[in-house]
Amino acid sequence: MSFSWAKPYEPKHPFMRWLDDRLPLPRLVYGAVGGGYPVPRNLNYWWNFGFTAAIFLAIQIVTGIVLAMHYYATADGAFNSVNQHIMRDVNAGWLLRYAHMNGASFFFIAVYIHIFRGLYYGSYKAPRELVWMLGLVIYLLMMATAFMGYVLPWGQMSYWGAQVITGFFSAFPVVGEPIRIWLLGGYAPDQAALNRFFSLHYLLPFVIAAVVILHIWALHIPGSGNPTGVDVKDERDTLPFHPFYTAKDGWFVGLLLLIYAIVTFFAPNYLGHPDNYIPANPLATPAEIVPEWYFWPFYAILRSFTFDFILPAKLWGVLAMFSSILLLFFLPWLDKSPVRSGSYRPVFKRFFWLLVIDVVLLGWAGGGAPTPFRNAIGQICAAYYFLHFLLILPLVSAFETPLPLPKSITDSVLHGEEAKAAPAGTKPRRAKTATAVVE
Amino acid sequence: MRFILGFIGIVFAGVLLISLITGLSTYFSNPPAPLAANVFHKEPKELHLASDGPFGHFDKQQLQRGFQIYSEVCSACHSMKLVSFRDLKELGYNDAEIKKIASDWKTQVPSINPDTGEETTRKALPSDSFPPPFQNEVAARAANNNALPPDLSLITKAREGGAAYVYSILTGFQDQPAELLKKFPEAKTPPNLHYNPYFANLNIAMPPPLTTEGQVAYAPGNPKPTVDQMARDVAAFLVWTAQPDLERRHAAGIAVVVFLLFATILGYLAKQQIWDEVHRGVRRTGPLDPVNQAKTRRAKAKAGIAG
Repeated sequence: MSFSWAKPYEPKHPFMRWLDDRLPLPRLVYGAVGGGYPVPRNLNYWWNFGFTAAIFLAIQIVTGIVLAMHYYATADGAFNSVNQHIMRDVNAGWLLRYAHMNGASFFFIAVYIHIFRGLYYGSYKAPRELVWMLGLVIYLLMMATAFMGYVLPWGQMSYWGAQVITGFFSAFPVVGEPIRIWLLGGYAPDQAALNRFFSLHYLLPFVIAAVVILHIWALHIPGSGNPTGVDVKDERDTLPFHPFYTAKDGWFVGLLLLIYAIVTFFAPNYLGHPDNYIPANPLATPAEIVPEWYFWPFYAILRSFTFDFILPAKLWGVLAMFSSILLLFFLPWLDKSPVRSGSYRPVFKRFFWLLVIDVVLLGWAGGGAPTPFRNAIGQICAAYYFLHFLLILPLVSAFETPLPLPKSITDSVLHGEEAKAAPAGTKPRRAKTATAVVE
Repeated sequence: MRFILGFIGIVFAGVLLISLITGLSTYFSNPPAPLAANVFHKEPKELHLASDGPFGHFDKQQLQRGFQIYSEVCSACHSMKLVSFRDLKELGYNDAEIKKIASDWKTQVPSINPDTGEETTRKALPSDSFPPPFQNEVAARAANNNALPPDLSLITKAREGGAAYVYSILTGFQDQPAELLKKFPEAKTPPNLHYNPYFANLNIAMPPPLTTEGQVAYAPGNPKPTVDQMARDVAAFLVWTAQPDLERRHAAGIAVVVFLLFATILGYLAKQQIWDEVHRGVRRTGPLDPVNQAKTRRAKAKAGIAG
């Protein structure tokens, strides 16, 4: 891997040596998430959400595979297969279903915190641009998977959500409508659409898992970033992933699973919409069509364009919504500041928190029935979203004077003390033994 | 490239600004008229049931009363297709009682005559789900002034407010307030509809189903069947039909939470143990914090450095 002091894999058991000579899989794991991967010693708890997201992906895949054994993707049977067969007759079917339903929400919670951590600490900057971009690919795949999964129970929101989302494509002139029909396999969501959504909903999580491997691979070339944004200089700056970060991730995952369990067991429908417990009815449009909470900010951007300026408003909305995610791919080149961490960028930091508030408000604007006030807030926040990334960020990075950076990671954890008095482990571990001998 | 992207950002923001200005100007020049449904609609009343809260469980006596109301009143129009007779076991009925309830049910199950192959009907069995009162949607609408009585299996999950909403609708029928008619003369409840402020558009097609005390005769030992009591009981019953898993879910949830709490605390202690070697636990307040200074002094003393 990346650092010369990374501990090499040394199998002790003869069988492991035999295996290592033929298929060095344990060596790979050891180097990726074991004692052979040196990680900056100063990571804070915002760095725990990548691991957590992977755990939720695993939960989704396991519960999803079992659910698929009991689900039937037919337009007249899907609703009952979920709400009658799985929820009432399958052993612990209610647990699988609620765990899967809320697991999606918690997967998104973990990933959103992970993304905002990346935004604050400049994790998208060189040399980690590809890590960032692969992460965005995962996020896009997650959105597609979540959308198609929400269609499967074939409730009112499933049906009308599918209608609205595939309707995006019809905003494009000439080719739009044929593309929509081709995607749905018909003029409206029906058996053909449900079948292909089920097929893709089963496929995409494995694609996500594959891209997660690429994401981690690309991360391991430069190694993990850290809250100071300063590069790792020597062995004193790092700790082996195992046992230090496995232990830290381990208990923290327990904490998040605790919150997840409380929601799943005691408020399983809190994050959902009641209308999805009404069977899909193509003839009755719900009073309000809203997507799941994790799409609210994008839904707000879509709805914010209400004026036909040269192009139709709907096309503006669709273009803006796609752009709002695609622009994140350009982030490494939009933010030119050589300083990675927002902690050392006083101006950037203010704008970052403004962005967080902005996205939360966008979510609020997209999550409810459109009123004039809600629309106005949505429009202001959508405008800020684009200005933040495309204008403010490049300008701030050009004109801001960052604070002085610590000389090294080890230096940053000292509080003006001499290096010799640093926490035991900041010195090479041999030195600790040496002092002990002196004492 | 950054110029192009910056330009795109300005264009999006500009179009949004135009949208904002046109939206606001229409709002102020042509403010939307208030609707009776916005002014007079009420949020559901408060309803407390035994199934509420993380330790909530079903009051089987109440569920049986609620089932009695469903079978004697609601089931005349409302289907409950997702629930089977055999599920009634969870309400405390025994096998013989369930068999009788099924075979006595007012509608029968479509079947085929084993001798002639002709379509016929047969008595329901415990393994059947509740047969619907109408054969299809057209028949249901024809019998109800073109309104479709919704299936009740999931109703407390399918409406904002859940059981409280059902209870409020059942007890919310009233005359239209004079104030409403004065402010919105055109919002007078049309014939065949019934004013109910807990219903989204204020006028519901369902006539008041529970009207008089004692409409359903409860077995001795039960509370008096007032309209309010009957509405509570049937709301409680519909919580069970929508979430028969509730008790199992709560029991499993408590076990899982206790286990995770224990595992997480152990995990945290293990993490502290592992990190102890490299972690002095300096407070984030900085070098001048007295606690940090004390730690620095101790560390220096331990390392044998003067000062």
